[in-house]
Amino acid sequence: MFRWFHKLASTRNFYRLAEILAPWLAILCAILLGVGLFQGLFVAPTDYEQGESYRIIFVHVPSAWLSLFIYMTMAFCSLLVIVWKMKLADIVAEVSAPVGASFTFLALATGSLWGKPMWGTWWEWDARLTSELILLFIYIGYMALRASIDNPATRARASAILALVGVVNIPIIKFSVDWWNTLHQPASIMKFDKPSIHPTMLQPLLLCALGFTVFYFVVMLLNTRSLILERESKSSWVQERAAEGRL
Amino acid sequence: MLDSFSTLIKRDLTLSLRRSSEWLNPLVFFVIVVTLFPLGVGPDGQLLSEIAPGVIWVAALLATLLALDGLFRDDYSDGSLEQLLLSPHPLPLLVLAKTTAHWLVSGLPLVILSPLLALLMQLPLQALPALLLSLVLGTLSLSLIGSIGAALTVGLKRGSVLLALLVLPLFIPVLIFGSGCVAAAASGFETSAQLSLLAGLFFLALALAPWAASAALRISVEA
Repeated sequence: MFRWFHKLASTRNFYRLAEILAPWLAILCAILLGVGLFQGLFVAPTDYEQGESYRIIFVHVPSAWLSLFIYMTMAFCSLLVIVWKMKLADIVAEVSAPVGASFTFLALATGSLWGKPMWGTWWEWDARLTSELILLFIYIGYMALRASIDNPATRARASAILALVGVVNIPIIKFSVDWWNTLHQPASIMKFDKPSIHPTMLQPLLLCALGFTVFYFVVMLLNTRSLILERESKSSWVQERAAEGRL
Repeated sequence: MLDSFSTLIKRDLTLSLRRSSEWLNPLVFFVIVVTLFPLGVGPDGQLLSEIAPGVIWVAALLATLLALDGLFRDDYSDGSLEQLLLSPHPLPLLVLAKTTAHWLVSGLPLVILSPLLALLMQLPLQALPALLLSLVLGTLSLSLIGSIGAALTVGLKRGSVLLALLVLPLFIPVLIFGSGCVAAAASGFETSAQLSLLAGLFFLALALAPWAASAALRISVEA
């Protein structure tokens, strides 16, 4: 198990793995998103309370899920960086951050679009929206720290510490925002009771969530490949491949 | 071990007392920021007393942030930080000593000055004990959490803006419970829940932050 892990951790092996995996995952992603979005937008019935506008959940929920999932991936990679100084983990963390920030922004934007017809306002200081906004700030801080350190080894370890500090703080922030929200929230806001979601809606939602996740993996693999090339441009295997014209 | 702790505190206190602008400026900043609010939103006493807890807390948070930038910077530029890293004493303890000394010259004056600002902002008198207590616990946590950010950014050229970006999101829980505590006291409610939560945050930060900050310092200085 450990040897396998060690092999995968070398940038060269990962590059080859990514080369093989990325096209297949891209096809899988296209199928999942195609079926999921079609079912969600055309097949799933209209909601009796929210009308058509509920359909934004097929984008909103997967984005929100990914915003957390990607942060957890980054934190896990950061742990690998701190413990084993693994170069590959740093690369994965670096390419994941902008993707995670984009999904966080997408979740906020779609939430705001949904809020306009439902709550009558673009922005409500709802607990989930607020903690998602703070998550976006944390992503931005992480990327800003990465951008301002020139030395690669320092950058890897400093940003890893920040990501891990963030992971300890995210649940605390989430809890405190929930608590703050229950105090400040005016009672006039409509609160939807969580209806148990109907299978015809749940199935496309799950397909979309899976599709978005695979999409993240495709983007991560592609960006990781190009970053590996950039960082290892002086190593012999990259030079060999470049000479043979198969990068 | 405790010797090194108290020696370092004494040294840092002496140094900052000699360079008084370092800790006076954030204090003046604190007062000016709070003064800006009545000028910005109007002198209506009702409104002011309503927003007072939030305003005082946000101003205290920003003042702490302003002071944080200097936590390790002077020691970094004159090389004494490297001596600290080389010393045989456990680094988290030394970081804790530096943070404590820093709080004594930046956080504690904020707490002492806050009743005056509460007066300016028409905060009801009954909220004063809650304000003082929450600020003591809160600024301690802010200094501890901020020490991680200060350690991460100490070697960087334009570190101070970055420091704000990094630590402000992490300050949010302290702000929520701190201003919530004062607001509850101002309207005559029980504040023990908020104070307990603030104390919880403080102890959590006390247990974890010195370790994270010393790891960050090692990285920043090695580079």
